[in-house]
Amino acid sequence: MTKVLMDGNSSIGEAAIRAGCQCYFGYPITPQNELTEYMATHLSRRKGCAFVQAESELAAINMVYGASVVGARAMTSSSSPGISLKQEGISYLAACELPAVIVNMSRGGPGLGSIAAAQSDYFQATRGGGHGDYRTIVLAPSSVQELADLTMRAFDLADKYKIPVIILGDGVLGQMMEPVEFKREAPAQLPVREDALRGAKGRPSRIRKTFTSNPAELEEINWSLFRRYGLIKKEETTWETFMTDDARLVVVAFGIAARIAKGAIRNVRAEGLKVGLLRPITLWPFPDEAVKEVAKNVEHFLVFEMNMGQMIEDVQLSLEGKGEVSFYGRPGGVIPNPSEVARVISRLYYQKGLK
Amino acid sequence: MKKVYEHPKSLKRAVFHYCPGCGHSIAHRITCEVIDEMDLQDKTLGIPPPGCSVFAYHYFDVDMAECAHGRGAAVATGAKRAFPDIVVFTYQGDGDLAAIGTAETIHAANRGENTTTIFINNAVYGMTGGQMAPTTLRGMKTTTTPYGRDHVIEGHPIRMSEMLAPLDGVAYIERVAVNSPANIRKAKKAIAKAFQMQLDKRGFSMVEILSPCPTNWKMTPIQAWKWVDEEMTRIFPLGVYKDVTEQKSAD
Repeated sequence: MTKVLMDGNSSIGEAAIRAGCQCYFGYPITPQNELTEYMATHLSRRKGCAFVQAESELAAINMVYGASVVGARAMTSSSSPGISLKQEGISYLAACELPAVIVNMSRGGPGLGSIAAAQSDYFQATRGGGHGDYRTIVLAPSSVQELADLTMRAFDLADKYKIPVIILGDGVLGQMMEPVEFKREAPAQLPVREDALRGAKGRPSRIRKTFTSNPAELEEINWSLFRRYGLIKKEETTWETFMTDDARLVVVAFGIAARIAKGAIRNVRAEGLKVGLLRPITLWPFPDEAVKEVAKNVEHFLVFEMNMGQMIEDVQLSLEGKGEVSFYGRPGGVIPNPSEVARVISRLYYQKGLK
Repeated sequence: MKKVYEHPKSLKRAVFHYCPGCGHSIAHRITCEVIDEMDLQDKTLGIPPPGCSVFAYHYFDVDMAECAHGRGAAVATGAKRAFPDIVVFTYQGDGDLAAIGTAETIHAANRGENTTTIFINNAVYGMTGGQMAPTTLRGMKTTTTPYGRDHVIEGHPIRMSEMLAPLDGVAYIERVAVNSPANIRKAKKAIAKAFQMQLDKRGFSMVEILSPCPTNWKMTPIQAWKWVDEEMTRIFPLGVYKDVTEQKSAD
């Protein structure tokens, strides 16, 4: 397979089709419209597939719910304010143990915010987001190639664990163009999910429900969800380390911020500062063991996020009081450049007497 | 000997939890009879709502997927688009369809989704304890209109059948009632016609059922049946509001 030049949003669409996505339901919002448009062009007329431009994000996520009920691989996408509206449906998907893929090309907030890239939806994505006790798998790509790869992985994970999976990108990742290689061909036909409700032919009728008037039954449902979450944490936690072997200071960053941090680290490495990067790829489950592992040799951590400090809480929880954690963040859709982050790193490095 | 009564195959043998005189059990039963008579039990997906009929899945012996309040039409859209070979129906109350889910309902109807909606209009929020519904009549006392619904303050009852019928995607809409044997027979015929529209891929079909709620109307079942005739049908007249099979071709 050769590489093609593509924007991030479109690459999700192509990767989704190649992962066997049969249904896409969306509602326009910047900066993710290229994905909706890509699906309108490339999915809507495919045999056995469906595309609907819904009347709202609420409707779109509930169309995903309906499609998932009958066993289709279904996805929706939006950006921050629209993702807030989808939380109702995500809670129901989680409660019903239904697979789905939800893309958040996040932008500055709160409120209508801005259309520029931000990472301020970390809490919303990693703590469930809607009402009730549940989690979603959250994948955080940092390049167009990784957007494509993680989109395919998202569909597999959703089916494997019967769980909604969130791809947490941002406006930069969605809009920028990079060479990308799609590592799969679209399947001719996917096997029908065993738990699909397509009419009770040759079997007793089945129910998908979330409501029960019996708290003990609901407690058992919650226990069962969290047993599965434990398994996901064990099996699916992923991260990347970059130049951490001899590092005296490690930057922790995800998504596009990690990409910026890498540039900054290369800059300060050129000046002889021993700095590395730990990049969580799954934000939930968070790679706390990886943080602990790095902390065996490193005392100083700098968490860098394009928000006011959200992932830093997971880093601190992972460290359990050990080490020293500093923070640098730019909220509201401001995108810092590598030299700005390099200055922050180098100031901290000298302040802490690491050189 | 002629058989005059049979338990519908697609109605589970469970005891209804509905109050005495409630219209839900009748609506459930006649829908199940239609599903049996049209031989749809093994190819139907029902979508029950939150509300009194949230437990509809304990009664309908077909695949059932409960959904969030008001989102029935969107869930039905997703299911039917993803797998058009099944018959999809939503079962929704007036708060569900005409308040919180108005947008989903209108747009599913306007897109001409090949789905069927059973719309129970009892002019009140039943399960939550008798609050004002979008269909509550003027002057009617509920727990949130304790002085009677004053249209200047609380607005007018909304007529969904009249509102949806003009939309081009709508194939069939009829308003019926389940407050007398004659009306129940008509209601069953309407439900059968609505399912037939879906099988024929004609577009969105809906049967609005005026349904007594003696508990929250604070009436006896007999008073409630009468009230449907004497008060409800004045604001919500029974009849066919749209039937594309009856319309002459425009060409």
